[in-house]
Amino acid sequence: MSENIHIKPYLRLSGLEPLVVRPETNFVNVGERTNVTGSKKFARLIKDGKYEEALSVARQQVESGAQVIDINMDDAMLEGVEAMTTFLNLVQAEPDIAKIPIMIDSSKFAIIEAGLKCVQGKCIVNSISMKEGEAKFIEQAFICKSYGASVIVMAFDEVGQADTKQRKIEICHRAYKILTEQVGYDPQDIIFDPNIFAIATGIEEHNNYAVDFIEATKEIKRLMPLTKVSGGVSNVSFSFRGNDHVREAIHSVFLFYAIKAGMDMGIVNAGQLVVYDEIDPTLRDLCEDVILNRNNDNNEATEKLIIHAETVKAKGKVEVKDEKWRNEPVEKRLAHSLVNGITDYIDADTEEARQKYPKPLDVIEGPLMDGMNIVGDLFGAGKMFLPQVVKSARVMKKAVAVLTPFIEQEKEDRKQAHLAAGTTNEEAAGAAKILLATVKGDVHDIGKNIVGVVLGCNGYDIIDLGVMVATDKILDAAIKNDVDIIGLSGLITPSLDEMVHVAHEMKRRGMTQPLLIGGATTSRMHTAVKIAQEYDNGVIHVLDASRSVTVAGSLLNKETKPEFLNGIKTEYHKLKEDFASRKTVKNYLPFAEAQQNGAAVDWDNFTPVAPAFTGTKVFNNYDLAEIAEYIDWQPFFIAWEMHGKFPALLTDTVIGVEATKLYNDAKKLLQQIIAEKWLTARGVIGFWPATKTSPDTVEVKDEATTLKLEFLRQQIKKAAGQPNLSLSDFIAPEATGLKDFIGAFSVTIEGIEPHIKKFEEAHDDYNKIILQALADRFAEAFAELLHKKTRIEYWGYVSDEHLTNEQLIGEAYQGIRPAPGYPACPDHTEKYKLFTLLGGEATTGIHLTESLAMYPAASVCGWYFANPASKYFGVGKINDDQLKDYTERKAMPPDEVKRWLRPILE
Amino acid sequence: MKKTLKDCLKERILIIDGAMGTMIQRHKLKEADYRGERFKDWHTDVQGNNDLLSITQPGIIIGIHKEYLEAGADIIETNTFSSTVIAQADYDMQSLAYELNVASAQCARTAADEYTAKNPDKPRFVAGAIGPLNKTLSLSPDVNNPGFRAVTFDEVAAAYTEQIKGLVDGGVDMLLIETIFDTLNAKAAVYAAKNYFRTNGIAELPIMISGTITDASGRTLSGQTLEAFYISLQHANPISIGLNCALGAQEMRPHIEELSSIASCYTSAYPNAGLPNAFGEYDEQPHETAHIIEEWAANGWLNIVGGCCGTTPDHIKHIADEVAKYKPRELPVLEEAL
Repeated sequence: MSENIHIKPYLRLSGLEPLVVRPETNFVNVGERTNVTGSKKFARLIKDGKYEEALSVARQQVESGAQVIDINMDDAMLEGVEAMTTFLNLVQAEPDIAKIPIMIDSSKFAIIEAGLKCVQGKCIVNSISMKEGEAKFIEQAFICKSYGASVIVMAFDEVGQADTKQRKIEICHRAYKILTEQVGYDPQDIIFDPNIFAIATGIEEHNNYAVDFIEATKEIKRLMPLTKVSGGVSNVSFSFRGNDHVREAIHSVFLFYAIKAGMDMGIVNAGQLVVYDEIDPTLRDLCEDVILNRNNDNNEATEKLIIHAETVKAKGKVEVKDEKWRNEPVEKRLAHSLVNGITDYIDADTEEARQKYPKPLDVIEGPLMDGMNIVGDLFGAGKMFLPQVVKSARVMKKAVAVLTPFIEQEKEDRKQAHLAAGTTNEEAAGAAKILLATVKGDVHDIGKNIVGVVLGCNGYDIIDLGVMVATDKILDAAIKNDVDIIGLSGLITPSLDEMVHVAHEMKRRGMTQPLLIGGATTSRMHTAVKIAQEYDNGVIHVLDASRSVTVAGSLLNKETKPEFLNGIKTEYHKLKEDFASRKTVKNYLPFAEAQQNGAAVDWDNFTPVAPAFTGTKVFNNYDLAEIAEYIDWQPFFIAWEMHGKFPALLTDTVIGVEATKLYNDAKKLLQQIIAEKWLTARGVIGFWPATKTSPDTVEVKDEATTLKLEFLRQQIKKAAGQPNLSLSDFIAPEATGLKDFIGAFSVTIEGIEPHIKKFEEAHDDYNKIILQALADRFAEAFAELLHKKTRIEYWGYVSDEHLTNEQLIGEAYQGIRPAPGYPACPDHTEKYKLFTLLGGEATTGIHLTESLAMYPAASVCGWYFANPASKYFGVGKINDDQLKDYTERKAMPPDEVKRWLRPILE
Repeated sequence: MKKTLKDCLKERILIIDGAMGTMIQRHKLKEADYRGERFKDWHTDVQGNNDLLSITQPGIIIGIHKEYLEAGADIIETNTFSSTVIAQADYDMQSLAYELNVASAQCARTAADEYTAKNPDKPRFVAGAIGPLNKTLSLSPDVNNPGFRAVTFDEVAAAYTEQIKGLVDGGVDMLLIETIFDTLNAKAAVYAAKNYFRTNGIAELPIMISGTITDASGRTLSGQTLEAFYISLQHANPISIGLNCALGAQEMRPHIEELSSIASCYTSAYPNAGLPNAFGEYDEQPHETAHIIEEWAANGWLNIVGGCCGTTPDHIKHIADEVAKYKPRELPVLEEAL
């Protein structure tokens, strides 16, 4: 109401359901098998009039993850118009096929128009071009538009089909001007096919065809950013026909580069894409050389690939399958099956794992989840595509199905044990019902399924409504089944608004169930600020599956529920207030002015101290006893929801007794951890020459490379004399001629897992949580310790520092150690640079997830700034001008930058 | 200068009229009344061919239009729901299709102009109603032969072209493609309209589009979700998109909410007076319908609102009074970059 709705110029298509191509869609798979020119099987079925069977080809494409289906009836032996009409009419009667949009594919326009007359959804026409001149092109475009179709324009003009980069770009641009200016097409409804031609044909002129396509794509997307680029991928490997193994590798490598360049969709065999990372490295390197036309003088790369292809082929088609992975341990095998979507061995492997692991649930939480995490990472990195992820999920489901009877049995055993012992048993008293759904518009359900499994394993009755569930459906089902809790999941950003809507509707309908919010895109802040205020009977953000159990437990226990909800309410209220108070300050400086108003550092009277060394220093297995002296206990108590100042809270009249008990137990465990070396502390620090090369950029010189660190600057208008800070202000600018330095560190606590497991087996949650909290404390303490040593010794910019632990915690020292993703430098993606400098995962022992979280969880990282003027601050909100400047500096797609910075964008 | 439809849409929530059929029923017309003088010897029964009344009983039709205008309607619909060569086949009156449209458009025009003259500050508009046809392009009438179609796209487009010609010649201000339960039929109507305007060199009239969500599945009869339906018809560049019929306001609410959040054009809604009772009658009282719709207006979801089956001038008056307090929905900001 108050805010205007904004609508983005996405390509929007429809079958029975919408398909909106957003930047994060990554790549749209167009199913290619329903094409008589490309599939012998399909052609035969159509020619024999076996339309019912032909439909199953279409259905199989949809099931394999095709998001659009390409239909082509161009065959000399067929009445194209009739075949197209008959087949499309039949498709319309099959909701599981008709749900996705249709691409009507023909070189004869009469067949295209016949197809357009059969489909209620918004189609794609494949294709029109200027090969018969502009007049014909315009006429056909007008017709397509009057049926509301998007069009693929082939890079083809009166002269012929475009083969060079330049010709591709010129023709596409010319067509674009005609379509937008004369026909009235919206740019987002125009899709270019800049022609994928076969490479490695032995003819020198063909060697650059893939490069031409990739580079033309890049330029087309730059010139006409709203348009889309598509292509028939299998053409590229045509010279290797008969050798599917090599062809699939070529397709995968080609797509990897073409998608990076901006290719939005492609006609592919959705069931047959190999994962880029899973291609045999030798083959992959050869494919890369051929596709990128590298090391290819005198067809050298081509020759090499042909020779290699022969050896692969010579093994025979069956043996092409590399079965070496079958010799790996079961965890690796499960991961391999998940990543490659192989179901052949999953039952046996899952059973083997079940016998190996203490609980069937551990197989899910352990190796299966690990495998799915790899899938998630590869997908995030653009190395896996949706159909493959769909396959992985299928493997996962199969594995879970193997385990479910055992999990059920466990539940039953517990129930019987309760009955035998005569103890109260919530399971028997009619298990509490929890309804789960992925909200409308979102198809991701892996996370939700895991939550369902985990909660199910904890004795709750799970009603899973699946994905893309409309609000009404969710709430109707909740009422009908009289559920106790409603849980919503979502992975993509638009799901956030949908969740707000569900909450709003729950209030309107006067519902009483608590609402759980989960999924990668959700946050406590968003939940607190946007969702919680829509509904009064409890909205709780649940970080992950394991948290869902404790939350559900607290909510379903009548005694703890009011207190728990009050706690959440207070917490969210505070979050919301913080948010609002930040929001009320609306005076921003123009970014250029903010840059002028940086921290005033007196560089004339400052000489940077050179560190004792440059490069990195690794601390493996650091003495835990020494680290323990630096522990800050206050956050430990906060984790246990005991608020107050340490150590005063130990004698607090209300919580003092319990706090002291906890403190003693924790200290006991702490001693045991140290004495028995349960945990290993690993840390890395490093220092490098650094120069501020522009107002918010710091150039860091490593031995091998030069990295540019990009910082963000406070932009809110400050009181007179107050600077607009950026961390870059604390590094000497180039003009001063000073030799300044920057440092970085990471610490991590390893080895917690077996001990956590041990406690779990003993059902000792108390010690388990103490252990987890202590691991976090160790990580923080280690960071504090290393920072101190850095100040005094390794960098040595202060020689005499005598601070108590209290003073350390109070940050009463010179220099700071801010972490990327935190208020002073809120961009998480700078973490990549930090970890690159420190030597990556191998050295630091820390794995960065796709959302740039650190694993193991007990890890800390940050930059070191030594300048006496340096201090902690929050960047706060920034304006569009800074965002634009930052985006240019980061050389990242604007949407990606926006996504990462969303919390600080006005 | 006279205010245009767009001027009025920016200013306030516009009211579209209520049911025509319900009002005609009140007159309890007999076969002879339908036939009038001109068709007294027609070879088939014509009772129930409501569109025919624009020729045989224009006074009744104009009278109903005036009742809605008196109740506050800004937009009245022509009595042409079935005025196509395809739908008139039921009465063997295919040859009258063009004339029915001209006559109905003129009835509505006469009534609307009279009220505009009374108060030029509140101009009244005539929407040429284009109904869904009794034959459908996406569904087979034969369950054993799902690929069969009772009609072709070209036949539907030709029927609509004739209807549009009649409506335009009769002087309508805009076209209203309504009660769409098969999007492909509506696409044929859009195709017909665009081609008619272009080939005859006539400036395009605004097109209003109104679909029908048939039941709790939240889909059209032909199986599309609301968003898919909207995307499929966006090329019409409609002045408004909305829903009518099949549902009462209560059941229509979530769909109107969704539509208001995705439509880049104006929105419209004209629900039935609740769901029919066991006798097929609509019981929802004017204040009840108006009460539900008031909340939509308060939420900023509405630009055009009125009633469909079972609604009366009294319903329209109550709705008009309730929504007068609220500002119309603002058009979304159409961003230019991804």
